[in-house]
Amino acid sequence: MKERSCSSAALIILAALWSVSAQADWALNMTEGVTEVSRSIYSLHMQIFWICVVIAIAVFSVMFWSIIHHRKSAGAKAEQFHENTTVELIWTIVPVLILVAMAVPATTTLIEMYDTSDSDVDIQVTGYQWKWQYQYLGEDLSFFSNLSTNPDEIYNKVEKNENYLLEVDEPLVVPIGKKIRFLVTSNDVIHSWWVPAFAVKRDAIPGFINESWTRIDEVGIYRGQCAELCGKDHGFMPIVVQAVTDEDYALWLADKKASIAAEVAAAARIWSLEELMERGEKVYQTNCAACHQVGGQGISPMFPALKASAIATKPEQIDEHIKIVLEGRAGTAMQAYAAQLSAVELAAVITYERNAWGNDTGDIITPQSIQSMLKSK
Amino acid sequence: MTSAVGHHHGPATGITRWLFTTNHKDIGSMYLIFSLLMFFIGGSMALVIRMELVEPGLQVVQPEFFNQMTTMHGLIMVFGAVMPAFVGLANWMVPLMIGAPDMALPRLNNFSFWLLPFAFFMLLSTLVMDGGAPDFGWTFYAPLSTTYAPPSVTFFIFAIHLAGVSSILGAINVIVTIMNMRAPTMSYMKMPLFVWTWLITAFLLVAVMPVLAGTVTMMLTDIHFGTSFFDAGGGGDPVLFQHLFWFFGHPEVYIMILPAFGIISQIVPTFSRKPLFGYASMVYATSSIALLSFTVWAHHMFTVGIPLVGELFFMYATMLISVPTGVKVFNWVATMFRGSMTFETPMLFAIAFIVLFTIGGFSGLMLAISPADFQYHDTYFVVAHFHYVLVPGAVFSIMAAAYYWMPKWTGNMYDEYLGKCHFWCSFVGLNLTFFPMHFVGLAGMPRRIPDYSIQFADFNLVSSLGGFLFGFSQLIFVLVVVKCVKGGKKAEAVVWEGAEGLEWQVPSPAPYHTFETPPEVK
Repeated sequence: MKERSCSSAALIILAALWSVSAQADWALNMTEGVTEVSRSIYSLHMQIFWICVVIAIAVFSVMFWSIIHHRKSAGAKAEQFHENTTVELIWTIVPVLILVAMAVPATTTLIEMYDTSDSDVDIQVTGYQWKWQYQYLGEDLSFFSNLSTNPDEIYNKVEKNENYLLEVDEPLVVPIGKKIRFLVTSNDVIHSWWVPAFAVKRDAIPGFINESWTRIDEVGIYRGQCAELCGKDHGFMPIVVQAVTDEDYALWLADKKASIAAEVAAAARIWSLEELMERGEKVYQTNCAACHQVGGQGISPMFPALKASAIATKPEQIDEHIKIVLEGRAGTAMQAYAAQLSAVELAAVITYERNAWGNDTGDIITPQSIQSMLKSK
Repeated sequence: MTSAVGHHHGPATGITRWLFTTNHKDIGSMYLIFSLLMFFIGGSMALVIRMELVEPGLQVVQPEFFNQMTTMHGLIMVFGAVMPAFVGLANWMVPLMIGAPDMALPRLNNFSFWLLPFAFFMLLSTLVMDGGAPDFGWTFYAPLSTTYAPPSVTFFIFAIHLAGVSSILGAINVIVTIMNMRAPTMSYMKMPLFVWTWLITAFLLVAVMPVLAGTVTMMLTDIHFGTSFFDAGGGGDPVLFQHLFWFFGHPEVYIMILPAFGIISQIVPTFSRKPLFGYASMVYATSSIALLSFTVWAHHMFTVGIPLVGELFFMYATMLISVPTGVKVFNWVATMFRGSMTFETPMLFAIAFIVLFTIGGFSGLMLAISPADFQYHDTYFVVAHFHYVLVPGAVFSIMAAAYYWMPKWTGNMYDEYLGKCHFWCSFVGLNLTFFPMHFVGLAGMPRRIPDYSIQFADFNLVSSLGGFLFGFSQLIFVLVVVKCVKGGKKAEAVVWEGAEGLEWQVPSPAPYHTFETPPEVK
């Protein structure tokens, strides 16, 4: 009876392992990466690993040999020696020599990693709760990169895709073969921008600008994640970098700038309530729902509710509502969105918040009114 | 209960015995029971974490609660389980090992202990507060723990203050006791290693707990009184927080492992029936580890952007620590070599300590290589590393100590069969839990995430299964303790054949008052 329940438990465990194995791999080691630095780090990692393995084999074999041969049950008689200066000197000096041998290549690699001079492309990376902003310095181009995984996948309602939690709406696009310098900072708490394939990990710290660099060898899509606990959705702010050839990079730059210009132009036309609501819902899901929740109910007391709240329903508080969205609220997690979203997106999301979830005020905030508020400042 | 031995007084009766006691053995027992309770509370939080991480997707808890669990698990295990357990062992054993009648400051001793239940009641009460418990990790980096913290952070700060005061007072008591209360013929270089390592640990505590107290006070004024120590917006510096925290935090790591070194250095010679190899070098190695621990803190901060020279200094200093640590491991192995070993439960835990702590030491050496740390930092590789030094390190040493001295405390032998069951289940469980974390970490899984991409699914399932095995195995320990307190084969004064030291000169169970006249040390 006992045996049977044991073996059926084992079967269940095996079945569970098998079902996840269908999608996953049993990766054991660090990726070698696609840059010179990532490869030298990989080789440092393997060197120190093998040194540890050799020492472990030496120490543990003496130990287990003693355990087998010097046991009382095997008739061993204890000796009474308790020191030996020669041996003690040897096992102090030899490790020091090994460490010196290890420190030399580590120092060389570190010096290389810290050399951020002569870059070809400069990109400022700014961490926000919980997304990344990329600014191409000298290119007048800046955009946000948000997680694009369907919430239904997170909540197990639909099958997870192969890039689950490692996919974004707007990837960072960079050219291969160029020295790219990253200037990493943060708007709120500390984040850390990490792409394992480049071996670039830099903490994004408010008030500081940290430098790092990479030169990518191969065209491809490289994925990473925020590495420093940054609050509730720390696990949901991935990084996706698309490395392309020089020609593709130039094309992409032109394309991206054109679409931003189109968004600015769209602010001039008249938008209907339905259009604003449709656009506003998308903007809300991407930017606001993490804290204020999809249903607008918030999470008390850190993230106030918008549903049936005074701010989102009272006519006399329209200006205050817009002001908070544009400027944020100091001392809380509420960010200033004036520089993050376009006038159309701002108008749409505020309109959405005033009409969704039964708020039904009928208020229409136009992109033009947002623009005039921004100008008056 | 134990009848008063000899003349005037034994323990008081009823609850007042425990509330007002100034007896080192009673206070030691209370510390140990308290830490066991905290070990289970912190452990059940770990099981919530492991339950959520069984498979990708959010199933059991929401991310905000997950963060509260990781934070509280860390805080409770460090400040509530491991540290009080070592203080409890010091209380029980230091006077017995140096031939003193009690701790030097008995009333202070009572106060140190009774601060703790209040500190942890306050910390745990944050779980039911509006906005939830602290959710910023046990390292509570500002500004996540200041500007962006839940309102309960204030209670967290006062809980840390209380626990910190308790630790400082406890440490002062240990120092004063060891320096002044040794039996007249016990010179420093005759002290058992457990006493030596605790003396050094106590100095570390006195040196760094005030730094932690200052840091949380700066947080408090940032939150409530408009200062900007850690707020860049007001001219403050979030990186300053990390320097202060780790100036406390790195010596804190050694606070949790040096007494463990002491325990292992007591147990290995006993069951090898052979004197400890290199006693003097053990003392020097422990001291150099303690001194070096003040010069390595920024290795926790290799990616925050410290200058190249700083990066190199902290890398070299950290690598250097592996030398005295290595000496200790070699000494233990040399002690076992040509001994006459038996493998009772304390020895099993001690051998597992040596093997698994060494594995944790190796991953520590890998983490010291600063360029490679850029790939390891804040991944599960780090989680694997510090759990290997804390679980089979600190926790196993505490278990080993409990089995080793339990017959002395209770007067009864524990159930050897159950003890071995406890050991083997724990051993298998912990390796299943923490070894795969090396792999997912190297493959790129960040720590402190409630959900992960599907490539990490297999090993996380293994870790979770192991975690449950390890967690539930600890119930066997409770069973062993209860059985042993209730009865069992009577223990002799010298419980173990190869045991040396003053604690074995008193009868088992150790009478309520011992060494009222100082013993003679050989």
